[in-house]
Amino acid sequence: MEFKEKLISSHLAFEEDLDLFDTVHETRANALKIFEKKGFPSKRDEAWKYTSLDSLINQDYSLFPKSEISIELKEVKKYFLYDTDTYKIIFIDGVYSPFLSNTTHDGLDVCLMSAALSKPKYRKIIDNYFNKILPNEDSLTALNTSYAKEGAFINIPKNTIAEKPVEIIHFSSGKEESLWLQPRNLIVLDRNSQVQIIERHQSLKTHPVVTNSVTEIYLHNDAFLDYYKLQNDLTSASLIDNTFIQQEKNSHASVHTFSLGGKLIRNNLKFFHRGENILSTLKGVTILEGKQHVDHSTLVHHSKPNCESHQDYKGIFSERSEGVFNGQILVDKIAQKTNAFQQNNNILLDDKATINSKPQLEIFADDVKCSHGCTIGQMDEEALFYLRTRGIPKKEAKALMTYAFANNVLESVKLPSLKKRINGQIANKLGVNLGFEL
Amino acid sequence: MLTIENLHAQVEGRAILKGIDLDVKAGEVHAIMGPNGSGKSTLSSVVAGNEDYEVTKGKILLKGKDLAEFNPEERAHLGVFLSFQYPVEIPGVTVTNFIKTAINANRKAQGMDEIPASELLKKIREKSKMLGIDSKFLSRSLNEGFSGGEKKRNEIFQMAMLEPSLAILDETDSGLDIDALKIVANGVNKLKGKSNAVVVITHYQRLLEYIVPDFVHVLFDGKIVKSGTKELAHELEAKGYDWIKELA
Repeated sequence: MEFKEKLISSHLAFEEDLDLFDTVHETRANALKIFEKKGFPSKRDEAWKYTSLDSLINQDYSLFPKSEISIELKEVKKYFLYDTDTYKIIFIDGVYSPFLSNTTHDGLDVCLMSAALSKPKYRKIIDNYFNKILPNEDSLTALNTSYAKEGAFINIPKNTIAEKPVEIIHFSSGKEESLWLQPRNLIVLDRNSQVQIIERHQSLKTHPVVTNSVTEIYLHNDAFLDYYKLQNDLTSASLIDNTFIQQEKNSHASVHTFSLGGKLIRNNLKFFHRGENILSTLKGVTILEGKQHVDHSTLVHHSKPNCESHQDYKGIFSERSEGVFNGQILVDKIAQKTNAFQQNNNILLDDKATINSKPQLEIFADDVKCSHGCTIGQMDEEALFYLRTRGIPKKEAKALMTYAFANNVLESVKLPSLKKRINGQIANKLGVNLGFEL
Repeated sequence: MLTIENLHAQVEGRAILKGIDLDVKAGEVHAIMGPNGSGKSTLSSVVAGNEDYEVTKGKILLKGKDLAEFNPEERAHLGVFLSFQYPVEIPGVTVTNFIKTAINANRKAQGMDEIPASELLKKIREKSKMLGIDSKFLSRSLNEGFSGGEKKRNEIFQMAMLEPSLAILDETDSGLDIDALKIVANGVNKLKGKSNAVVVITHYQRLLEYIVPDFVHVLFDGKIVKSGTKELAHELEAKGYDWIKELA
């Protein structure tokens, strides 16, 4: 049986212990129909021209882990940003781990999607926000919706600042031979609220894992979101991340994506504006080697006047790795005085490495400032020689230049220990110890 | 210190250096002058180990060691320093981080531990003061947006920090006004000692008023066509380079 068929036929079993009279059931059932009709995207779809899922979907995966897996804290501690002082929502093979987590309902909700979907006190939020900004006909998000049950639920009430960052971590233990995960996150920031979130997916053993994740984020007036995606998984793990952000008046949302490891990663990151004076920031650093493949597909839809967006993605590709950047900026006729900027700079370190960069600007307003810039180049040999004449060995010199290249993105990371962590990961990846942080 | 024997070098198959002999002893300052295109910058690049140039014949010895066996960073570890005519801009790396990385790379090559932070800061303060460098300058990205004069001053600052045995200054005077020229020259003179040597490459005699050479060599068409003392520099200033061409 094809994996697609398995996903469809397993749905009954999935819904067995869920409330079928719930409106969410209907949403799931409709979503399954869309997935059934559309199937997985293929290279014939314009949006998937440079990324093929064939190697992922031509095999079988477990959809439901057999039993609850326990992991000792000391095994996974190194993946936490901080030991304490963060809220943590932690999953092992898709199942919530109360032992490793640190959730709260004290003044704000940092808890589980399954709780939000089933408890009456969250009914209104679910009715208002669940599955409200996803594109209707997208097969992978529909697939996620049809299996939506577990994930992170974060609700920040008005005038509230989350004092601690939230870490959302999905571990896969390797107990299942191969695993298909579909976490579903919902994050709501009410008026004038603020939160910082770090998300990562981490295999503990080399085994095939595919995560098809959907995150919906809603920012009300004056809300402030700072979101970091750390993608540094084993080369047996793949991730399709679908993140949708809706912003209202005066809100600021920033997403940093650090793609340093994994087999295949597709980041669909889409911003929708629903008010004026909005700021949206999308930044990314991608450093790949081997046969890794990372595809950033972004959209900022400017549909109101006086808003601003910044996209800045840096990519460094060695060996046979492949990068894709498809950055879309859409400015509606009504969205006058829009400032929308996009940068995508790439360095190819080897002949076999590739990058496909495609800026896509569709501007219907006439009084806007929009720009895009895309560069693809090699390491500057003259600069390398300059550094080497100062006694810096070639490998360190290359690393220094890589850091320098990525610096714009790194310096806007607001959490010092996260910055340190990313610095360390990049240095590690480049095989050097520079002895300083930029 | 530096002995160059019958050095021939080419770039992309084009011969540029056509048999250079030079002997620079510790404690000496040598000036290499010559018209544009005579091979001055090529000579400095070749000594520093630029892989774009191919040495086809001859030898470069530093303290008796054949430099052909060493790559650019190893030459730096042996004490070679090249002040670039056009220093490269490296956005995203501050002057301080860069100098720290360079010093520690050199120390590591000598089997030494990393420089203690307090020692580094003290040295940076001392050398930047000597060269009239503002402390704000040190937290800027390396050479990015620096004026021509700032770039050259930064080169000499790096030299002062790294304390090389052999400093090659490639057209360090270009782009400097007279005040900056004096400061830079003063920095070079402070470094000068019994155990190191300086090679000044320049088109004009101007810098040599302040860094007084023991010997002056004139390079033309890839060869040293005349050598002498500092008076030769005055002669070149007065008469230009045309008469030199006839010597070739």
